[in-house]
Formats: sequence, structure tokens, C-alpha cells
Amino acid sequence: MTARLTARDLTLRYGDRVVSTRLSLDVPDGRFTAVVGPNACGKSTLLRALVRLLKPESGRVEFDDREVGSYPPKQLAKQLGFLPQDPLAPDDIKVRQLVGRGRFPHQSLLALWSPHDEEAVTTAMAAAGVADLADRPVRELSGGQRQRVWMAMVLAQQTPCLLLDEPTSFLDITHQYQLLGLLARLRDEGRTVIAVLHDINQACRFADHLIAMRDGRVVAEGDPTDIVDAALIKDVFDLPSVIVPDPVTDTPMVVPTLQGE
Amino acid sequence: MTTQDTNTPQGTNATPQTNNTQDTNTTPGTATTPGTATTPGTATTPGTATTPGTATTPNTATVTAEAAAPALRGSAVTLRGLRVERRTLLLVAALVPLILALGLLGLCYGASWATPREVFDVLTGAEPSVVIWDWRMPRVLAGLVFGAALGVAGALFQNLTRNPMGSPDVIGLDAGAYTGALVALTVLSGTSAQLAVGSVLGGLAVAAAIYLLAYDRGFSGLRLVVIGIAINAMVTALNSWIVLRAELEVAIAAVGWSAGSLNGVGWDDLGIPFTVIAVLFALMATQAHAMHQASLGDAVAAATGVGLDRLRLLMVLVGVGCTATVTAVAGPIAFIALAAPQIGRRLAGAAGVPLLPAALTGAVLLQGADLLAQMLLAPVALPVGVVSTAIGGCYLIWLLTKEVRRA
Repeated sequence: MTARLTARDLTLRYGDRVVSTRLSLDVPDGRFTAVVGPNACGKSTLLRALVRLLKPESGRVEFDDREVGSYPPKQLAKQLGFLPQDPLAPDDIKVRQLVGRGRFPHQSLLALWSPHDEEAVTTAMAAAGVADLADRPVRELSGGQRQRVWMAMVLAQQTPCLLLDEPTSFLDITHQYQLLGLLARLRDEGRTVIAVLHDINQACRFADHLIAMRDGRVVAEGDPTDIVDAALIKDVFDLPSVIVPDPVTDTPMVVPTLQGE
Repeated sequence: MTTQDTNTPQGTNATPQTNNTQDTNTTPGTATTPGTATTPGTATTPGTATTPGTATTPNTATVTAEAAAPALRGSAVTLRGLRVERRTLLLVAALVPLILALGLLGLCYGASWATPREVFDVLTGAEPSVVIWDWRMPRVLAGLVFGAALGVAGALFQNLTRNPMGSPDVIGLDAGAYTGALVALTVLSGTSAQLAVGSVLGGLAVAAAIYLLAYDRGFSGLRLVVIGIAINAMVTALNSWIVLRAELEVAIAAVGWSAGSLNGVGWDDLGIPFTVIAVLFALMATQAHAMHQASLGDAVAAATGVGLDRLRLLMVLVGVGCTATVTAVAGPIAFIALAAPQIGRRLAGAAGVPLLPAALTGAVLLQGADLLAQMLLAPVALPVGVVSTAIGGCYLIWLLTKEVRRA
């Protein structure tokens, strides 16, 4: 297993609040990695550190054996695409314009908008299912539509690595599965995908590498089929459950045993 | 709450999902949904278009691509790789003639009316005229160029703060530049070089103060604006104190200047400021693309390759530079920087706060305001700052009521 993107001994903090200490992990190449864990366990913080949005207090994040902070910004942005939880859309921007912003790292003063950019944007919008929204102002869209537009923007960036922070949070169930299917296909094309997901069953079904986190630590990582059992779910989420095989894919399916009173 | 002995009570609940999702994981690319929703990422990575899984539905992607393309051609124009919204081009086509017309009017208007014919004769050098060439021309050019500089400065700070109220005149940069100029005037001898340097230093000092006070693990545009307003009040008080302590003649000159005026601007006053503004504009033009990218929020901007720290520093320097340069020559002309970028943005129907419409609108506003200032109580010429404040006040009321209604 090779990993271009690695984290070693990270200490991450926001102000006085320490989120993680001595956190290490590899993001395996060409796999779909899902990061799961309870709220506020440091999943998003980890992703932000991986794309050098958060400078670790100690430790190193490296891409191709070079510290991410030492890359020229555009050079790294051609390798790592990142979708945060709550991106900002400028007033009055249209869907196609916003998706076009994903092309920024590929453009320069001497090479602005090219036919290749045009093609990348069109393909990305089709892949994310927002082609029919192209001329709509982003402001007027629903939360789920907006999330797919942002997804298209990250796809237009055409990076070999995609880091996504809860990409399904605003989507209805059909669009959730469609998006996860898209991510699995991107993985099959050879891209590396790492996504924070909330639904452990979706993570088990679509991802082939799982990182379970709690209190800023990695509790377990590996193929979900190998590592997901009732003990792990108890450890990570404090949730009593039974694990059954998913009737469709035979992957582990967590069924909580809590039933209210 | 503990119900551990219930064995798989919801075992059947999972089955309804089955039909939805049957093929997604196991057979990637086999058209899980018809058409639009998730057409497999056929060409999302160049060169991988021939992966086996994607071969089943390449047509869908192409068809969608072709359907979407004409829609784009309707709203944007690509000129040698530079992609411009059609409406921005229309706006430029409308504002440039307006600017030329206002400039011509400025050359014609004065104590004695010159016909456009006479003006053209002077411009072509056929008929020398001290009044038109040496008196009116510098003033008109100052109105247009300074207006553009203020518009750009406003757009830069509104982009930085992500707030339409975040313009240099509101957050105290004008006042700070004026402080610098006052110090040059009262303590030093007040040569134009001293005024210019003093203004820039004063503006930078205020910018640094706001920056330090507003910084709290990142930036909030609103906090920056609110702190800027407070600093503006304090610096304005400081300015009054300096004027009160100054000698009478200096004080009178300072107060007359404090409203912001183009009265008596001559060729000698313009060489250095125009050069500085041209350099600042050129510098910013190279970064306009990154500035718009930064309006997507810090996370997306950084993740798509914007060097935010460098960009922010450059925006502050160019913004302060434009404001201070104008202030050094004409005094603090209020409200152009506040209103021009937002009017320009609405006229252009653009996303974010673009620079070119702000510059053109600023030129129209300042030159228009200066013409009004000369005409209103003719033959007495008012300081242009009085008129721009009146126009800007109306705009501010409108802006505030709109924001209040939104909140």
C-alpha cells in the first residue's frame, strides 16, 4: 500500500483547545477512505491539516515526501482538491461561474480561460448532476443542490486526490447514494478519495478503507469488512449495536440496539 | 435505555433501500441512474476516459456537455483566453462614453463657457488656451483618475472585509491619511512630497491598527468594519486636535482641505500621483483573478491555490496606496470609495465586487460630483467632498435600510 499523502505525529489545536496529539496516518493511494467518528472528534480538523489550511503545532503533513506547507499554493492545489463543510458563494454568482472557479490552479496570467477549462467544467457539472442548473444563481438553490454544485467545483479542479468534509450532509437519500457511487467510480478511475462521512453503513458499503476516530485519535483503520465489529462501534460511538451483513453488498451493517424507552 | 438483548429488531428496515442502490458499489459505471444525475466521471481526469467502466455511458456525458455549452456562450465572452461576462463589456461600452462626455463637459464649463469646438482645437494643439489646458484639464483628469483610484480602493477593502460597508473612508483610512498629511503640514514644511509620504504612512498606520485589533485567529469582515468605524472616530478627533493646535494660517488651509477638494489642482500636482496610481493599478490587475477566487471563503480559496497572506497584504497596500495618494493631493474625499464599487457591481450584475466596474463608476461619480460642486453655487466652487458626501449619504441610507430589512 503506497501513500502520497501522509501525516506524522500531528498536534493540532484551535487556540487553546487541543484537538489531536501525535496523530499519524497514511491516506492510501487509489482508495476511497472514509473518516468516521462522533461529533467534534477532530475529523474536520484532520482534513484541514491535510490540505494545509490548519498549520500543525508540531508534526508534518507530507505529499510526495514534501511538506505540504512548502509547496507553491497552485502546485499543491493541482494535486489536492478540498471541499469544506460550509463554503461561501459570492453574491450573484451563477452555477457555471462557481464551478469554473475550480479551474483556478490551472490558470495563470498568461493562460487564462482555455477550451480545456471549458470541457473540465462541463464534465464536472454533468458528473455532479448539476448540468441543468448551469445558469441559475447559486443563491437561489436548495442546500442539496448547492452542495452538488460545490462538488462539481472540486471535480473541475481535476486533482488526483479529493478530500471532502461531509459531502452528503445536505443531500436527500437518493443523492447521497448517487454521490457516494460517484466517489467510488472516481476511485475506480485511480483517484484517491478521503471523505468525512456520518453514516457508518454508507462508509462500509462504499469505502474500501475506514478510519475511525475518537477524541482526536485514530481508534482503528483498515478495510471496513475487517475492522468493523460491535466492539469498535461501542468504542468509537458509545453505541450498543449488532453487526449484520449488508443484504446488498455483504459489507458490515451496523444496527443499533437502542430503542428509546 | 439499554436494550442489549433485542436481537436485530430492525433487521428488515434495511431492505427498502435495496432497490435504490443495488449496483452502485459492485459495478461502477453501469449507469446507476439514467442520464443527468450521476453520469460517470467519464472525462473528469484527462487520459482516463477509456477505463472499462465508463465505456457504457459516454454518450450521456457528451450530450449533456453540448446542451450546456450554448448557455454559456450567451453570458460570457472569451477574448484571447480572458473570459469576460457580456454584461461587463456592455457596462464598459456605456461608461467610457459617459466618462468622455463628463470630461468634455468639465473642459467646457467654467467662468466662461467654451464650446466643444474650442475645446477640440485646444486638445489638438491648434489653439493654445491657458484656461482650458492649464486650469481645467488637470482638474478634469484628477476627477477621473482619482475617482477611479477611490473606486478601486473601495472595491479592494469591500472584498477584503466581505462587507459593503468596508470601504477606506468608513474604516478610517482617509482620516488616517489626512492625519499624516496634517502632520506634514504643521510639523514639517508641507511640501507635496512630504504630504504624499505622510498620507501613505498615516493610512498604513491606521490599516495596521485595525488589522491588529481585529485579528483573532483569522478574520471577520464585520469585526474589521466595526473596529474601523471606531478608529475612524478616534482619528477624526485627533485630526481636529491637530488643527486646533496649529497656527491660524495652517489651520485655515487644513480645514479648507479637509472636505476634499479639486479646486486649484494643477499639472504640477498630478505627475507623481498619476504614476503611483498607474503602478498600483497594474500591480492589482495581475492579482484580480486571485482576489475573486478569495471571495469563495478562506478554505476554498487556499485549497484552490490562492496565497492568501500575500494577496491580502497586496490588497491592503494597493488600497491604502490609492486612498493616500488621492488624499495627499485632494484631501479626504468621502463616499466615492463606499458607493462606486457597489453601484458598479450592480450595474455589471457581477459576482463579488469587481475592480473594473468600480474604477469606471468611481470616475463617473467623482467627475460628476466635481461638476455639480462647481455649478451648484456658481461662481463659488464648493469642495467636491461636500457633494460626494451628500450623494454618498443618500446611498448609505439606502444601503442601511436594505441591510436592516435583510437582517
